[in-house]
Amino acid sequence: MIHGYRTHTLWIAFLLHRISGVALALFLPAHFWVLSYALNAPQKLDGFLHWAETPIVKFAEFGLVFLLSVHMLGGLRLMALEFLPWTSGQKTAAASAVAASTFLAGIFLLRAI
Amino acid sequence: MPKEQQMSVSVWRGGAAGAYQSFDVKMEDNQTVLDVVAWIQQYADPTLSYRYACRVGMCGSCAMMVNGVPRWTCRTHVKKVLKDGHMEIGPLRNLPVIKDLATDMDSFFNKWVAAEGLHHPTQTRHDPIEAIDPASAARVEANAGIECINCSVCYAACDTVAGNPDYLGPAALQRAWSVYNDSKDSDKQAILDAVSGVGGCHNCHSQGSCAVHCPNELNPMNAIAGLKRETARNFFKRRT
Repeated sequence: MIHGYRTHTLWIAFLLHRISGVALALFLPAHFWVLSYALNAPQKLDGFLHWAETPIVKFAEFGLVFLLSVHMLGGLRLMALEFLPWTSGQKTAAASAVAASTFLAGIFLLRAI
Repeated sequence: MPKEQQMSVSVWRGGAAGAYQSFDVKMEDNQTVLDVVAWIQQYADPTLSYRYACRVGMCGSCAMMVNGVPRWTCRTHVKKVLKDGHMEIGPLRNLPVIKDLATDMDSFFNKWVAAEGLHHPTQTRHDPIEAIDPASAARVEANAGIECINCSVCYAACDTVAGNPDYLGPAALQRAWSVYNDSKDSDKQAILDAVSGVGGCHNCHSQGSCAVHCPNELNPMNAIAGLKRETARNFFKRRT
């Protein structure tokens, strides 16, 4: 639960990093499983790719690209925080990671539809 | 004569198992949360237990959870926290409750020692006083954390402490970082060893609640990031 002491930018950035990490950990095995069809069952893969053209999947991919991007940029932000000299713009960096990820995922969605 | 205004205040009563008890307290123009607690103890229920000393934000005794947020109650104005004429005052989070609003702070202070946040002298009292350049980078870094009043607000705000009872916590690690940067300290390796163990600085998730809630506007997250850098550097230096 988001209590009063948690309602600030960096705590929400932590939550987003954790949620995106767990979601990607769940996604990757499914991703590799589908990829394995290319070797074992090409017809199944074609069927899956056909299904993947539907709008709901395209929209889900927008979310996936957002999660990937926000997890990568958030991770880079944390590594910079921990290994580079301290800078005061931590909240700006976290907000920029979300903004850049929304932009990237948006571009992906516009190209997909 | 206008009718005096009242506020409703819920105060934690009991130990770890307890409940909130409601009190009606007269509102004043200038009133801190600590004033409210003191009023309840003096006029409503003398058995209420709480802790305070200086009342001016120096001693760090009076921190409590106010509406679920850790605060120094002596410097928190009622008008800042009152919501619809109500507020809730509880004991600090992440510490065992002794009774009502008083917590057992032993684990908090023991961790300062466990983090080697104590002075390892380089000289004796017979040596001349060492000149320290206040503008040197290390001294500026050490100075950043020395205004800590040990109030435990950061410790109560930290979710890493809540999840790992062995974690040394923001205040102890910040003190270790101050001592580490002090040119008058002789055992920096002891500090790095103490803060890189199981409950050490690498547990920190950089949520930053410590820095957001510190009443003296210090930044323990910055200090912990410094310790992470130095322990990592020390790790690779030792291997080569």
